[in-house]
This record gives sequence, C-alpha cells and structure tokens, in this order.
Amino acid sequence: MRNEREHGRLTAPRLRLYKGMYQLFMFTMLAALTTNNLGILWVAMEAATLTTVLLVSLYRTPASLEAAWKYFILCGVGIAQALFGTILLYFAAERVLGAAGNALLWTHLVDVKSQLEPTVMALSFIFLLVGYGTKVGLAPLHNWLPDAHAEGPTPVSAVLSGLLLNVALYAILRCKVLADGALPTGFAGNLMIGFGLFTLLVAAFFLSRQKDVKRMFAYSSIEHMGLITFAFGMGGPVANFAGLLHMTMHSLTKSAIFFAVGHATQKTGTQLMENIRGLIKINPLIGWGLMLGTLAILGMPPFGVFASEFMILTHAMKHFPWATPILLLALGVAFASIFGKVQPMVFGETTAKRLPHAPAITPVFLHLAIVLMLGLYIPPYLTRWFHEAARMLG
Amino acid sequence: MNSAIPFSAQLINLFAAVILLLAFAMLAQRRMLTLINLFALQGLCLCLATLVAAVTTGQVHLYYSAGLTLVLKVLLLPWILHRLVRKLNVKGEVEALIKIPTTMLVGIVLVMIAFNVALPISELSQTITRGTLGIALAVVMLAFLMMITRQKAISQVVGFLSMENGLFLAATSATYGMPMVVELGIALDVLVGVIILGVFFFQIRDQFDSLDIRHMEKLKDN
Repeated sequence: MRNEREHGRLTAPRLRLYKGMYQLFMFTMLAALTTNNLGILWVAMEAATLTTVLLVSLYRTPASLEAAWKYFILCGVGIAQALFGTILLYFAAERVLGAAGNALLWTHLVDVKSQLEPTVMALSFIFLLVGYGTKVGLAPLHNWLPDAHAEGPTPVSAVLSGLLLNVALYAILRCKVLADGALPTGFAGNLMIGFGLFTLLVAAFFLSRQKDVKRMFAYSSIEHMGLITFAFGMGGPVANFAGLLHMTMHSLTKSAIFFAVGHATQKTGTQLMENIRGLIKINPLIGWGLMLGTLAILGMPPFGVFASEFMILTHAMKHFPWATPILLLALGVAFASIFGKVQPMVFGETTAKRLPHAPAITPVFLHLAIVLMLGLYIPPYLTRWFHEAARMLG
Repeated sequence: MNSAIPFSAQLINLFAAVILLLAFAMLAQRRMLTLINLFALQGLCLCLATLVAAVTTGQVHLYYSAGLTLVLKVLLLPWILHRLVRKLNVKGEVEALIKIPTTMLVGIVLVMIAFNVALPISELSQTITRGTLGIALAVVMLAFLMMITRQKAISQVVGFLSMENGLFLAATSATYGMPMVVELGIALDVLVGVIILGVFFFQIRDQFDSLDIRHMEKLKDN
C-alpha cells in the first residue's frame, strides 16, 4: 500500500477509510464464524458485503466503481435470497422449538433437526444455497467475483479469496447439516455436488481465456470453491475432512499468491499478463514466491493442496465414479492454463526497474511454508480437530 | 376462502393486497419521485399490517417491529432518497429496458408462480397472517423484476428496498417476525447500505456523468 500511496492512486483519507473498513470487515467475519444464531450470521454476512463494497471501489476508477456496483447488486440480491431462506428455516424451527428467541440458535436446531418439516426445509435450503452461494462464487452467480478481485486493492483480493468465500461456504455448511437432518435422501448433498461440479468446469474453461493476472487467480478461486463444494456435497467423514483441509490450504496459498501478484503488478505497473515478464530478474523473491505459490495451488505433490485434492479425487472415484472424468478434465485444463501463463511471467525477459519500498515478502513465504509443512506432515491435534469437525458435518 | 376469517386477518390480508398492488404500481411508474413516494406508501402498509398483527396477538416485539418499519422505511429512507434525487438532479423519467405492458404481464406470471410455491408452506402455518406468505413472495419477485428492467442506479436501489419490504412481510406473515436481535441487525444493515449507496451515487456520477448503468458494462470476459 505504501507504494500505491506514492504513485498517487491513494490519498490520506482514503487510506484511513481503507484501514477502518478492513478492520470492520474482519470483525464481521469473526462474528459470522463465532455466532450461534443463524440470523446474526446473515446480518454479519450482509455487513461484510457493505464494508467490502467500499474496499473494492477504493481506487475510484470507473472500472473499480463498476466492479463494486456489480458486487453490491449481485451480492445484495443473493443475500436477500438467503434471508428468505433464513425466514423459512425459522418458520420450520418455530413449529418445533416454539416462538422463543432460541429457535434460530444452531445448537438448539441440531438437536431437533430430524423433526423439522421436510418440504419447508427443502425450499429453505435452496434459497440459502443460492443466496450464500452467490457470495461463494458458485457458477451461474459468480460474475461479481473476478471483477471485484481484479479491480480492488490486492490485500482486499487476498482477504476476499482467503476469507469471505470460505465464511460464506461455512454458512452453507451449517445449513446443510440441518437440511440433511430433515431430508434423509441426500437432497442437499446432491444439490451441492451439482453446483460444485458445474462451477469447477465453468471456472476451468474461463481460466484459459484470461489476460489479467488478478482475474485469472480470481477464477482459480472460483474453481477451488467448486471443488470444495463438491467435496462437502459428497459428505461422509473422508470427503468432509478433505473439504476442510482443502479450504485451509486454498486460503493460505491463495492469499500468498495475491500478495506476490500484488507486488508483481506494482513493479511492472500493469495487470496484463502479456506485459509482466521476467519477475525472477527484477526481484527473485517475488518471482519464486509467485512460482511456488502457483505450483502449490495447482496441487503439485510436496504442498498441502495435493493431499486434499488427492483425497477428494479418490473419494469421488469410489463413491461417484461418473464425476471423476469431469474433475480430472477441469483440473487438467486449469493446470495447463495457469501454468502456461505464469511461467513466462516469471522467467521471461524484462526491462522494469526496482521500486523505492521493499515489498512485504514475509506473508508470501510464511503462508507457503505452512502449506508445504501441512503437505508433508499434519500435526495430530490438527487432524483430530478436522476429524471432529468432519464428524459434526455428518 | 371460508367465511370464518376473523376481522383482523381480513384487515391484514387487505394491507398485504395493497402492498402487492403498490409493487405493481412501482413496476409501472416512470417518474423517480413518485417511485420513492410509492415505496414509502408500501412501507406504511407494511407497518400497519404488522401493527394489526401485534394488536391481535399481543406480541410485544411486533410493536417494536412496526415502529422500526415506520421510522426506517416510511420516514428515514424515503427522505434520504428524496434528498439524493434532488442533489443529484436526476431527470424525472425512468427508462425501462422492456416496455412497461410487457413487464406487467411478466409480473402477473411471477405472482402466479409465487402463490404456487408458497401454497404448501402457508398450509402448514398456524398464524392468522398465513395467507399473506404468497403475497410476500410475489412482492419479492416483482422487486426482482424491477431491478432487472430498470436502467437508473436509484431505481435499482428502490427495487432492492422493496424486496426487503417483501421479506419483512414474509417474516411477519409466516412466523410473527424474527427474533428481535436479528430484526435490529437487518434494519441496521439496510440503513447503512443505503447511506453507503448514497455516497456511491456521487462517485458514480463524478466518474460517468450519469447514473445510467448502461455506462457500466465494460468489465467482461473477453
């Protein structure tokens, strides 16, 4: 951000706005994660939309305003659908738990989930999936995501990808547990498998057509969200474990990548991939950071993403064999398009100069180191924790 | 309908019907200021419906809910929107993407769909207001339609707020309102949202010299 300041793209009050909104955003995310009340969960998600709208439009360029407007309208409508879903859920819960204030408390709902009215729960889950799914970036509703990622400041892209998408997915998961209890036929899981696979395919093919580096990695986020949704849709302890692991790996790796990309675009002054060349010569650290991050996100073996993707794939082969070719095709296309574009960016010829401020390179390598470590060795307490969470998700 | 519907339920049904009518009126309305007035009127009906439900059932938090609607949706938000329209000097005409008669026809189809979807749920409900759930869903869908077919940023926001009205109606009709904390949170979010959008309008106008969202179609996947 300091470099941006000197480039004259930001003024002091804007920087203040950025810092304030950033903290507010963090607060809403934490509130969403810790609250027991599904209503408050909705309120926190909506507040997160509002704060990030201002963050996305921080540069006040026509493109960033357009991105923010699109983001607001799409997510606003989406989140309104989620509210309708929440109302229906409350309606179903009220019949069992009574009109007291605790009919939206998740812990109470889980106890009675098998008594909830199936028809209402089915409708409610559809609304919730579409609503929160807009925020996750599930396929037909993903349009806001690449724009917001490409036009917003880089740290914002990193937290959008690494945090917001995951929290929205977490909201869906919470509701899925309830829907599964009420509808034993696996209705919710099948819906999620469908959405997940479709998202994965769409994102993989869009990946190959991108010219803007941040847009490309935004599509990569959509692709991974699709994969995670698919994993949770399959259900069962193994798939849930893999989904959780992948969620962790993806957020760590993706934020590292966005930081590296941010430095790269600052150095070269453009986001077009054709014009970014030879990062390894301008700044070896950034070059290697981007290269390693890309390898990690594509699921190369020593990194943690490999482990989780492998688990998802093997589980899919065992229980949903028809999905395997689709998964492999999408992952293959994604690999080819991302790797083919990042490689010349890192190793090509260049003429760019050094920047006055040293880039904050620590987060990139710290995140990558954690991902690498988790790929080689997952500490037992983490495994236990994931197992516990996977068991709760059913 | 059977004839034994109590008077209060009839009253609530009447208000809900007026809300639906107003949603259609908003869909057909071309002038920006009238649009905002219609939105305020819709808020007023919503407030009255909630109030009747509160009086009949004696639930205290419904009174608060009605008061909140009155302050926020009838007074504060229309006032903010009025000020915005005047300050931004928006021209009176609202341009619709599709011709208005066509929009109305699509709207009628949407209402039928909404009633069909809501039917199994309202049969389960035991509240006196259950008949209105279909209407609430219809209002949400009409607001959706309005957001899709309108070109000006402000009318999109009015559509968004009207959708919020429909959701509130759904909450009262199906369940006598959400828990108080949640309702407060939703109200706060809506208020903050409109204020942020107000700031946003000025930025959009500075950049594009207009509030027409046709100018904002540059970002595409090539």
